[in-house]
Amino acid sequence: MTEFFQTLGMSYEWAWFVATICGILLIALPLMLAVAMIIYVDRKIWAAMALRRGPNVVGPFGLLQSFADGLKVFLQETIIPSAANKALFLIAPIITFTVALLAWAVIPFNSGAILADINVGLLYVLAISSLGIYGTIMAGWASNSKYPFFSAMRASAQMISYEVSIGFILICVVLWAGSFNLGEIVEAQKSHVWIINGFVANPLLFPMWVMFLISSLAETQRAPFDLTEAESELVAGYQTEYSSMSFALYWLGEYANVLLMCALNATLFFGGYLPPLDIPVLYLVPGWLWLFAKIFFFFFIFSWVKATVPRYRYDQLMRLGWKVFLPVSLGFVVVVSGYLMYTGHFA
Amino acid sequence: MIQVIAFYLFASLTIAAGALTITARNPVHSVLWLIVAFFNAAGLMVLVGAEFIAMLLVIVYVGAVAVLFLFVVMMLDIDFTELRAGFVKNFPLGLLLAIVLVSELVLGIGAERAGGIQLGTPDGTATTAAGASNIEAIGALLYSKYLFLFEAAGIILLVAMIGAIVLTHRQRGGVRGQNISRQVARRPEDATVNMQPEVGKGVQL
Repeated sequence: MTEFFQTLGMSYEWAWFVATICGILLIALPLMLAVAMIIYVDRKIWAAMALRRGPNVVGPFGLLQSFADGLKVFLQETIIPSAANKALFLIAPIITFTVALLAWAVIPFNSGAILADINVGLLYVLAISSLGIYGTIMAGWASNSKYPFFSAMRASAQMISYEVSIGFILICVVLWAGSFNLGEIVEAQKSHVWIINGFVANPLLFPMWVMFLISSLAETQRAPFDLTEAESELVAGYQTEYSSMSFALYWLGEYANVLLMCALNATLFFGGYLPPLDIPVLYLVPGWLWLFAKIFFFFFIFSWVKATVPRYRYDQLMRLGWKVFLPVSLGFVVVVSGYLMYTGHFA
Repeated sequence: MIQVIAFYLFASLTIAAGALTITARNPVHSVLWLIVAFFNAAGLMVLVGAEFIAMLLVIVYVGAVAVLFLFVVMMLDIDFTELRAGFVKNFPLGLLLAIVLVSELVLGIGAERAGGIQLGTPDGTATTAAGASNIEAIGALLYSKYLFLFEAAGIILLVAMIGAIVLTHRQRGGVRGQNISRQVARRPEDATVNMQPEVGKGVQL
């Protein structure tokens, strides 16, 4: 895009600046729209599995429900508890929301269509996702209330635990792709097994994908790992004291994070913007459409799990993270690197 | 131009956040300012082209170490007046520490001015080739020239980890824990019996 603005007669620096701003808007605005629609989809899927109708009043098929909710929340009064730490209380939801948007900078939407094509793309995603926890912790502490505080403690322990095994899973993918750059990881999946595009068809990486999917549920605090907002124990967790727009920011941030995790699942294991099979006809469909279809597929899985699986107990959650996922993923790092070394992949 | 603006932005924010870390009255605010300082330091690393180190700084320090810090500080019930009272007592120690750090900085800058250290390539001939990515360059050095130091650091960390687990782990008797594999292996036949008692007769269990 920088070249395009340069042809309009701008100097390189200005062209780069304008192109980056345009790129950010091109990602952030559709993302916000997608989040609004995906909340509607989530409620519809959940309702369908519970044999209910779900939102069906506002707009055709209830499509405008999220916008009505947004408007309602926008018009409400922001209530700040008198004992709260005011500055942190208001910054916390902004951090959650911003961090949820930041990581999208390195997701490739098509070959070459990537906002920040950096060498350490995957590490950047890890770094950003480890920042997300501060929104929760600060909310829990600044609310100066017991339930949010419990929830913040749970959230931090949970996210740290699952980030460890996610790290090991990602190392396997990186070893096979030979790069930390997300675009190169996608390209490395081209006809990976026979004509299938995607690491998921690889018998050594398929278990890693299953673990990554479960870990991404835990990382985004979705059911069955939504212990931070377990309404039967903690009212609404760290969001208990929030109202109005600050509450809405948590909502949007949470779903933007879920979409990001779906996009990561698609990019790292299902060939990202590549079609599922390496057949020339399928390349006629634009890459970003494939990516969106895959994101939607994973979002359906997320909603499906939310509607059907009962919530974990906290000790079960920790057991799964530390005693099952950590040793298994560590073992797979050894197996995968051993296999790659044996077959001369690194030569 | 952009680099200069970015450098002064990151540098001034790092220094400001560092100053606020030690002057903030609330320890939780201190830790949060420390996180801001870490983050801006990572920005500076990106500017000098060490993006791998920058990402590690964020992942390890901001993502894990500072979270644990915050955890502890939030749970502690800290008496601020007591904390301030210790200031005068600990002042000479702090001053000593500051002098050591400043002299190290001066030494480092002096050494750098005098020519710097040749880190070299694995075979020890020349400096690392420009253009090779950060991760490759660091990996090539770590696993060849500095292999022994790297492994030694790994062993020290392993020993520390096992030590921490041994010191804090305690076995308590009489705790009814959950054995998940036993629960899963349990079948209905193990737990239930089908009886058809006669009228007026009970069932012996």
